[in-house]
Amino acid sequence: MTSELAGLTWRQYRLERRMFWRNPSAAFFNFLLPLLFLALFGAIFSSSQSNLDVIVPGIAGMSVMSTTFSALAFNMTFLREQGVLKRVRGTPLPSGAYLGGIALSAVTNTALQVAIVVVAGRLFFGVPWPRDWLELVVFVAAGVVCFAALGVALSHAIPNFDSAPAYVNAIFLPVIFISGVFFDADHAPSFLRDIAEGLPLKHLIDGLSGAMVAGRGLAANASALLVIAVWAAIGLVLAVRGFSWEQRRD
Amino acid sequence: MISRVTGPATAPGSPAAPAASDVGAPAPAIAVRGLRKRYGDFEAVGGIDFDVRRGEVFGLLGPNGAGKTTTVEILEGYRERSEGEVCVLGHDPERRERDLRERVGIVLQSSGMYRHLTVREALRHWSGLYPRPRDVDEVIDLAGLSGKADERTRRLSGGQLRRLDFALALVGDPELIFLDEPTTGFDPAARRNAWDTVRSLRALGKTVLLTTHYLDEAQALADRVAIIKAGTILAEGAPGELGADSARRYQVAYRDRAGDLVERETEDPTSLLHDLTGAALARGERLEALSVTRPTLEDVYLELTADG
Repeated sequence: MTSELAGLTWRQYRLERRMFWRNPSAAFFNFLLPLLFLALFGAIFSSSQSNLDVIVPGIAGMSVMSTTFSALAFNMTFLREQGVLKRVRGTPLPSGAYLGGIALSAVTNTALQVAIVVVAGRLFFGVPWPRDWLELVVFVAAGVVCFAALGVALSHAIPNFDSAPAYVNAIFLPVIFISGVFFDADHAPSFLRDIAEGLPLKHLIDGLSGAMVAGRGLAANASALLVIAVWAAIGLVLAVRGFSWEQRRD
Repeated sequence: MISRVTGPATAPGSPAAPAASDVGAPAPAIAVRGLRKRYGDFEAVGGIDFDVRRGEVFGLLGPNGAGKTTTVEILEGYRERSEGEVCVLGHDPERRERDLRERVGIVLQSSGMYRHLTVREALRHWSGLYPRPRDVDEVIDLAGLSGKADERTRRLSGGQLRRLDFALALVGDPELIFLDEPTTGFDPAARRNAWDTVRSLRALGKTVLLTTHYLDEAQALADRVAIIKAGTILAEGAPGELGADSARRYQVAYRDRAGDLVERETEDPTSLLHDLTGAALARGERLEALSVTRPTLEDVYLELTADG
């Protein structure tokens, strides 16, 4: 039974991957946009290694958020409003295998994108190979669970697909600006810093920065991991409780 | 022709065990007893009973908002009932058991599809979800999509997408197929094609539950029809024999000497005609435009679903 579930999840995963690559705009937003940001800010900060050391883990954190939070908020709204979720619900495919396939596909994008950012950081921006691989993996994994759950939870609040970009960007853009994607968050005004401290992205970037640049180790960033875990728990509860297989009726 | 059944074997609301109640007869594919569905104060389905026998095409006919889709979606396992008993292929659909979903095919009123897959890829993926699927190419042919097998679904027309809905519902080789308004929005030729598909399902021995607000569709396809309005079943039976009392009344019409149309209703057309024609012959006249008609399903439907 478990192996059958795994087989069906794998099947769904392969289908999701095939469809992902067939949708050029999704592929673009997932892979080229962060690279573009990296290139632009890398050019702006090229004279300062300390700034580059901020921007590379920052973009890596942003990548985690965009491949999970934004992508799943869009996808789940689209699939729900198009009626694909409802159709799938009428088949023998277990819900776990279906949603698992979708989630694994998002995780694949995260892994690919973080890898691209790490490699580009090493090749073009003088950021060394990550000093603590374990910490990198732990933080990316925690970030994936947290932001994937929050993305699915957000999709429940989005009434229709047309308004999805507004909802997603209204959260995504401010959060990446105050969380230190493009600059060291410690230089922000204190009230913005206080808000960012309460949100998960800043802590994810702290953890990634620790793994990639400072080599501070997991223990030093345990509190960051805790904040991410709390948001992950909130996200999971909201994602499960609000889940709907059917189109919104208004 | 299947004879008319007068009503459910058990009273509404009684905790019937449908499979056991018809001793000797095979268990029906679907048994519904005292089914109610409330949304807040609004009662969408107000206590209905019906059986769908194995191998028959059963039509739920009614105007928009009558409760057809709510009923079907309860049977499909999408909605939870407020009251009553429901049995689909021996299962309670609310429990959403996989065994049941493997034996049922669903064509929803509207549902989207992955836009970046071809027809054949979609069907191949779907066929892998079922234990004993049909051959994918065979299903493509059956649904009339042979020319579109390698087309991405986002390039299909509305009618072609509807055929894909059929194909996806049939690829698992289900015993029971739900069709919720399968031809709404079709042009006449596409409707005929869809009707042929439904007839071929019946020929294969499948059970079909069809909802429609088209009378001709119910008449053309269904072995038995239940007319539903405002969440209640108003009549049930074979399309040709529906309407109980009004179906026994014949309408006799002719033009009198002044050319005015005279219409008379009777349950005994033989003696009425004898009287009328006898009198006319005695006067040396002809009864112009003489006709004897029985109410059509349309008359019954309009009479039953009329407001007030």
